[in-house]
Amino acid sequence: MKKGVIFNIKKYSLHDGPGIRTTVFFKGCPLSCWWCHNPEGIKPEPELVYRRSRCIECGTCISVCPETAIFMASEGGIRIDSESCTSCGTCAQSCPTRALEMMGRAISVKELMKEIRKDIPFFDDSGGGVTFSGGEPLAQHEFLGAMLESCGHEGIHRAVDTTGFAPLKVLSEIAPLTDLFLYDLKVMDPEKHLKYTGVENELILSNLKFLSATGSKIAIRIPVIPEVNDDPDNMVATAEFLRTLEGPFEVNLLPYHDFGKSKYTNLKSEYKLKETVPPGKAKMLQIQDVFCRHGLNVQIGG
Amino acid sequence: MTPRVEKLRTESLNTKPSVSIERALLVTEFYRENAGKYSAPVMRAMNFKNLWEKQAIYIGEGELIVGERGPRPKAVSTFPELNLHTAEDLRILNSRPMTSYDVDPSDIDVYEREVVPYWRGRTMRDRIFRVVPEEWEKAYSAGMFTEFMEQRAAGHTTLDGRIYEKGMLDFQEEIRESLSRLDYLNDPEAIDKEEELKAMLISCEAAIIFANRHADLAEQMAEEEKDPGRKEELLKIAEVCRWVPTHAPRDLHEALQMYWFVHLGTITELNGWDAMNPGHLDQHMGPFYDKGIEDGSMTRDKARELLECFLIKFNNQPAPPKVGVTAQESGTYNDFTNINLAGLTRDGRSGVNEVSYILLEAFDEIHLLQPQVNIQVSQVTQDHFLKKASEVIRKGYGYPSVFNADAVVAEQVRAGKTVEDARGGGCSGCIETGCFGKEAYILTGYLNVPKIFELAMNNGIDPLTGEQIGLRTGELDSFTSFEDLYDAFEKQLEYIVDVKIRVNNIIEKMYGKEVPATFLSVVIQDCIKNGKDYYNGGPRYNTNYIQCCGIGTITDSLSAIKKHVFEEGKFSLPELNGYLLSNFEGKEYVRQYLFNHTPFYGNDDDYADSIMQRVFASLNTTIEGKPNTKGSQYYLNMLSTTCHIYFGKKLGASANGRLAGMPESDGTSPEHGADRNGPTAVVKSLGKMDQVKTGGTLLNQKFLPSVLQGDEGIRKFMNLIRTYFKFNGHHVQFNVVGADTLRDAQANPQNYRDLLVRVAGYSDYFVDLDRDHQEEIIARSEQMQF
Repeated sequence: MKKGVIFNIKKYSLHDGPGIRTTVFFKGCPLSCWWCHNPEGIKPEPELVYRRSRCIECGTCISVCPETAIFMASEGGIRIDSESCTSCGTCAQSCPTRALEMMGRAISVKELMKEIRKDIPFFDDSGGGVTFSGGEPLAQHEFLGAMLESCGHEGIHRAVDTTGFAPLKVLSEIAPLTDLFLYDLKVMDPEKHLKYTGVENELILSNLKFLSATGSKIAIRIPVIPEVNDDPDNMVATAEFLRTLEGPFEVNLLPYHDFGKSKYTNLKSEYKLKETVPPGKAKMLQIQDVFCRHGLNVQIGG
Repeated sequence: MTPRVEKLRTESLNTKPSVSIERALLVTEFYRENAGKYSAPVMRAMNFKNLWEKQAIYIGEGELIVGERGPRPKAVSTFPELNLHTAEDLRILNSRPMTSYDVDPSDIDVYEREVVPYWRGRTMRDRIFRVVPEEWEKAYSAGMFTEFMEQRAAGHTTLDGRIYEKGMLDFQEEIRESLSRLDYLNDPEAIDKEEELKAMLISCEAAIIFANRHADLAEQMAEEEKDPGRKEELLKIAEVCRWVPTHAPRDLHEALQMYWFVHLGTITELNGWDAMNPGHLDQHMGPFYDKGIEDGSMTRDKARELLECFLIKFNNQPAPPKVGVTAQESGTYNDFTNINLAGLTRDGRSGVNEVSYILLEAFDEIHLLQPQVNIQVSQVTQDHFLKKASEVIRKGYGYPSVFNADAVVAEQVRAGKTVEDARGGGCSGCIETGCFGKEAYILTGYLNVPKIFELAMNNGIDPLTGEQIGLRTGELDSFTSFEDLYDAFEKQLEYIVDVKIRVNNIIEKMYGKEVPATFLSVVIQDCIKNGKDYYNGGPRYNTNYIQCCGIGTITDSLSAIKKHVFEEGKFSLPELNGYLLSNFEGKEYVRQYLFNHTPFYGNDDDYADSIMQRVFASLNTTIEGKPNTKGSQYYLNMLSTTCHIYFGKKLGASANGRLAGMPESDGTSPEHGADRNGPTAVVKSLGKMDQVKTGGTLLNQKFLPSVLQGDEGIRKFMNLIRTYFKFNGHHVQFNVVGADTLRDAQANPQNYRDLLVRVAGYSDYFVDLDRDHQEEIIARSEQMQF
């Protein structure tokens, strides 16, 4: 079995499904949403991040880099020449403060199961379990399938947090192994969807219809992003689409937050929602009302 | 809150603690006249009786439960026979910025004239320091350990339900019976027992006199009272004080007043640590409450008001001020009464009753510094109660703290208590397990475990002073393996513990002989039956504890050395120690490397956690089983209270990247900033410690309010607690407050007068903590959730 690539395991996770959960973040995502708060999950391969705030300018990385790709920067801190850097991780291993860190590591099913198993007592008491998130877990569907199967053998509740952007074949293989889908719906307008996420939404919508029709348990998660999808038209369109689903589901409205902002700097990538501020409570209630009026089971947060 | 409670609460909150010299003057006068005339127990009892015949008494406007230790609320007595404050001490107390006590300047003059000359050189403290060996003094000054009884009498006493079944007359009857059974021909101790029992008789009498004086005062006040409502209340108070503690109480009001007189008695005869404690107050008051509701004499609201009036009385008794070195250790007005809710009945059922809920509401409403409250959660404790308690925890007063009642029972049964007695036990002070009403569980002092390891790293020399404190266990370059180093640590540990225990035993004997607690002995089973004092092996169970500090710090340091020196060879041992001795000067990157690339305790990582288990086993093997002076033995506790700050000041830099002088890890919590995987990983790591072998452990967790939002947040919080307790976790407490709030409180203390935060096994007012303690609270790793 091929190893999976993950970039984080978060314990005592309270908002990724029922009970106390352990969330595993898969690396690699076919989407690149403007508001993504886990940008380190987008690229599929391990990558180097540099946190300026932790750097004490000791120069250790410069002396250990086999490619001589690191230099002191004139503005303070260090500069990494991305042309010559091979992301080998030598600098991260010796960086005293972990200012340099490798995001993403390969892990086997066995190793990951060992980590997850540690938290079974909490799952037992709280009705929790494991949530596979990302990134996009379906992008590593073989590894995901193997993990779901192993967890299933041990009676661990399994949630998959997904964008839904995967071939139907993949989804139909994964669905029987999944106890709960946390399924993201972003923007209904196909063009807007393409603009803000990098992909069209047709596959996402049809996959959701499939899951619902075939009896999967689903929680729909809608990130509320000011100026992107918080307009009444989009919310009404979303609600109307959801009304057409066959099976039961709940809806969680997740207000936009910008805790992920600093990660963009660390990854040397651009954050496109610089001016966006989190939606206020009134706005959230207003949107909640749209879904209520469509007779949907909706709550803020989740 | 009724207007009465509101008024009493506000008064208690706003009254500044002060020192009253009345007790000191009465004791000095009494000793001047009578020293040498009687046996020690009788002398102590007569001294106590003299105090309660003569001390000024006080009944406050609107009070229902009456009696103070001093002449007015928050006036603290001194105990010159144990530990003499000099005039300079009193001046410092009066003027120091934190936890100060008002002392009248003219009182200081009187103290200097009347009290100081008589007691200088005669106090227990003087006498103790006169007999301690040099190696003890050196180790003590180096901060290897502290000694509880050089400042205050041994304490940690909590009552069971016996005082609600028997009055002082009944106790006297029991004592006379015990006297009549003395066998002067065959029992060589018979004469000592006679003196002790006679002293107990006198002590009972003192309590009856004290209560009747309150009855007289109440009647007199009633006569002058214009308000007919208050007049009636005063007459009721008089009636209650005529009845208890002379007789066993008949209703809730009498039961609470009964306890209160006994409480005052024990904190007047001596200044024992952790004052006194009613223990399972809900279980003891439950039957009185039920009876009152049944016969119509009581309502729920009336009961709540009475209970609240009762609780406020504790806040009126600040801790007696200390002097000397231990002033750094724990600066607080808190005297550590810690009321237990829920728990188990003697036959193993859930102890929750209606009074448990009323008390929870009362604590929520009053949230004063004292008393503290904890909940004892067993598997059989109903979720509904835990939920209600969690909602109070969420408010962020730092209490109730949460204990595992089943583990508390297991700890006691392991140490030889019957299972019924163990269920009647619980936790007092911070986290200390005790068999309530039946045990002298004496805490003897804290042990600076990381400092002992520092000795092993430096061939027994304290690097701070260059003095030889420990054994010569070898230079570092002679250690070729981790095992060599660990052996050296174990040798130093054995040596330091022996040095400490030897002196503990001396002190304990001195206390038993010179200042027996003859009133306390009346109410602790089986002192009367055995004819022996509380300090002399009278109780049914007699246990001594040493409290081990810094398990996180030493574990992480050993983990760093094991990995970087012995496994990866990044540094040699002498090289690493060089960095430590220089406090990482110019080597910040080494310090950072150690801090960021070492497996640490608190992350559910077996690499570090197995080292913790090994250190714990060494501590346990070294301490447990060493005999005490009362036919029983020593056990260990894993508690630091606030001593890890003092101990940290005495400790150089450590291999986990901690800088010299910084606090050590507290209780059994991970080192600050070492736990990086959230609370479930923390409790899993803690769960690997064999906590049943302790008399208590302490885990601090700090939560931001957002984690506990809504019913769902509370439910997951309860799950976390329940799961920790599956692993035999003993205790966990929560600070639910944002760092921003704390920073703001630091800057604007005037706005946060009543901000209570969890410090160690107790809560304290944040603004009363010194800067170090404040910083520590802020630093405790926040369990952030996004």
